[in-house]
Amino acid sequence: MELHELTIHELRDRLLAGEITAAGITASVFARIGAVDGRVHAYVSLMREQAEAEAERADAAIQRGDAKPLTGIPIALKDVCCTKGVRTTCGSRILENFIPPYDATVVERLREAGAIFIGKTNMDEFAMGSSTETSYFGVTRNPWDLDRIPGGSSGGSAAAVAADECIAAIGSDTGGSIRQPAALCGVVGLKPTYGRVSRFGLIAFASSLDQIGPFTKDMEDCAILMNVIAGYDPRESTSVPEEVPDYRSFLDRGIDGWTVGVPKEYFIAGIDPEVEAAVRRAIRVVEGLGGRCVEVSLPHTRYCVAVYYIIAPAEACSNLARYDGVKYGFRSAEGRDLLEMYKKTRAAGFGAEVKRRIMIGTYALSSGYYDAYYKKASQVRALIRRDFDEAFGTCDVLMTPTTPTPAFRIGEKTEDPMQMYLSDIFTISTNLAGIPGISVPCGFTEAGLPVGVQFLAGHFQEGRLLQCASAYEKNAQIEKRRPPL
Amino acid sequence: MENIRISKDEVAHVAHLARLEFGETEMEKFTAQLNDILLYMDKLNEVDTSGVAPMTHAIAQKNAFREDAVDPSLPPEDALANAPAARGGCLQVPKVID
Repeated sequence: MELHELTIHELRDRLLAGEITAAGITASVFARIGAVDGRVHAYVSLMREQAEAEAERADAAIQRGDAKPLTGIPIALKDVCCTKGVRTTCGSRILENFIPPYDATVVERLREAGAIFIGKTNMDEFAMGSSTETSYFGVTRNPWDLDRIPGGSSGGSAAAVAADECIAAIGSDTGGSIRQPAALCGVVGLKPTYGRVSRFGLIAFASSLDQIGPFTKDMEDCAILMNVIAGYDPRESTSVPEEVPDYRSFLDRGIDGWTVGVPKEYFIAGIDPEVEAAVRRAIRVVEGLGGRCVEVSLPHTRYCVAVYYIIAPAEACSNLARYDGVKYGFRSAEGRDLLEMYKKTRAAGFGAEVKRRIMIGTYALSSGYYDAYYKKASQVRALIRRDFDEAFGTCDVLMTPTTPTPAFRIGEKTEDPMQMYLSDIFTISTNLAGIPGISVPCGFTEAGLPVGVQFLAGHFQEGRLLQCASAYEKNAQIEKRRPPL
Repeated sequence: MENIRISKDEVAHVAHLARLEFGETEMEKFTAQLNDILLYMDKLNEVDTSGVAPMTHAIAQKNAFREDAVDPSLPPEDALANAPAARGGCLQVPKVID
C-alpha cells in the first residue's frame, strides 16, 4: 500500500514505530495529487511549501518523543475555513484574492494537534450547492466516475479523501454539505451538533445552520478528528460549553439492545432502487448486531426543503451583505458612485446560484412577505425539531439513506434549481433541528457508484453516532475498493 | 394569474434592495426561476402553525456574556491589507456626497 492510501491511525502507528516519516507521507500525498488532481480537481490552492516545512518539524517532534494526536498527518481544508496568510476564496470570484489575517479556530486546533495542511479544497460558491458545480474555480469530478458530480458543497474535500489526495479533510455542512458528498464519494462524513465545533473563522452562509465537521476514510479517524476539533470557543458565542467526551471510547462498545428508528418518510417514491436496497441491507446488519429496528414517523419531513430554502437564503442575504467591494475582496472598477459600485461589484463578483439565494432571502424578509415566508418557515422548523425530539424519546439513533440517488451527471441539474435543491431532501432536516448526523459507506451500485447510510442522534450525542456507525462498519463487510483513477 | 408569485418589476425592486443588478435576459430567467421556487414554498400553507412559536436557534442558549476587558485585536495595517483601496489608514470608496 502507498502511504497516501492509509488512514490516520495506520499512519500514526507506523510513524511512532519509526517505520515511516512525515516527510515521506507528505511527499506521497503530493505525488498522488500530481497524478490525479488534473482529472479530479479537488483543490483550489495547494500549500506545498508550508506542508514540506511542517513535515520536517513533525519528524523532529516525533524524534524528540513529542508527537501530538495528528503529528505528521496531511489534512485538507475546505476553502471556507480562514487560513492566516493563505488565500481563502469560498469558491467565489468576490474572494478570489482574499488573504485572511487570522486562522479559523478549527484550523488553530488542528495545527496545535500537529496536522500538516495540504491545501484548500474546492466547493460550491459560498457553500451554496449540492454538486460543487457553482464554484468560480471550475467543477470537481467524482473520483468513482469523472462524468459525475462529487456532491456538494464540500465536494472537493470528499473527492480529495476518496481519491487519496489527503488522509482526511475538513468540510462544512449547512443542509447536508458534508454528509451528501461523503455518501456520493464513498467516505465517512460527520456533521456535529450545532454549537459543538466553533464556527469562528468559518465564512458564514446560514449562521443558525452552519457546522464544521470531518471527512475520513474510516470511523476511527472520524473519532480522532472529532477529539481535536470539538469544544467550546470563547470567540464564538454560539459554541456550547458542554464537556467533550473521548470519542474513540465509543468505537468498540457495540449496540446490543439499542432501538434504531427507521423513519418511513425517508423511503419515498423517487428513491433510487439500488440506494434503497443498499440501505435495507444496512438495516439488516444493524439488526444482526442486536439493534431493534422499528419504523418511526417524522411527519413534517416533506416540508424540510421548503423551510430550508427560506431560512438559509434569509440568513445568507444578511451574511453576504458584507461583500460590498469596500473592506476586502473584489471591487468593480465601473461604478461612478457608491451605490453603483456596490451593485456592479456584487453583480460581477457573485455567481448565479448565490444571487438566486440572495434574491430569495431578500424577498422573504422584505416588507409584506416576512410573515408569509420567514415566520411561517421558522414555525414549521419548530415542528420539524419536535418530530425529532419525539423520535429520540424512544430511539437511540435513527437510520436513513443519506441521499435519494447515487452521484448524478455533471450538468444534469444546473438549469433546474428546484431539482438540485431536492437532492438534499434527506440531510436538510438535521441542520434545521441542530442535531448531529453521519454518513457511512454502505455499498456500491451495479455501475460502481458509492451509496451512503445516514445515522442521526439527539443533540450532543455524537458518541452514539460513532458507536453505532463503528459497529456497523466493523460488521457490514463492505468491500474495500479504490476509485478507478 | 394563479401561478405567478413574483413579477419582473418586483424582481427588479428586490434586486435593488439586495444591491444587485441584472441584464434583460438574466432578469427573465431569474423571474421564472424565483417564481418556481416560491410556488414550491406554497406547500408550507398546508401546515397548521397556529400557536407554534417560531424557532430561531437550534440550541437554546442564554446570552453569551464575557468580561469587558481589552484583548489584542487586528493591527490596522492587517485590517486594511485586503482593501481594494485604502489611503491614510482609511478605506477609500467612490464619492458619497456631492
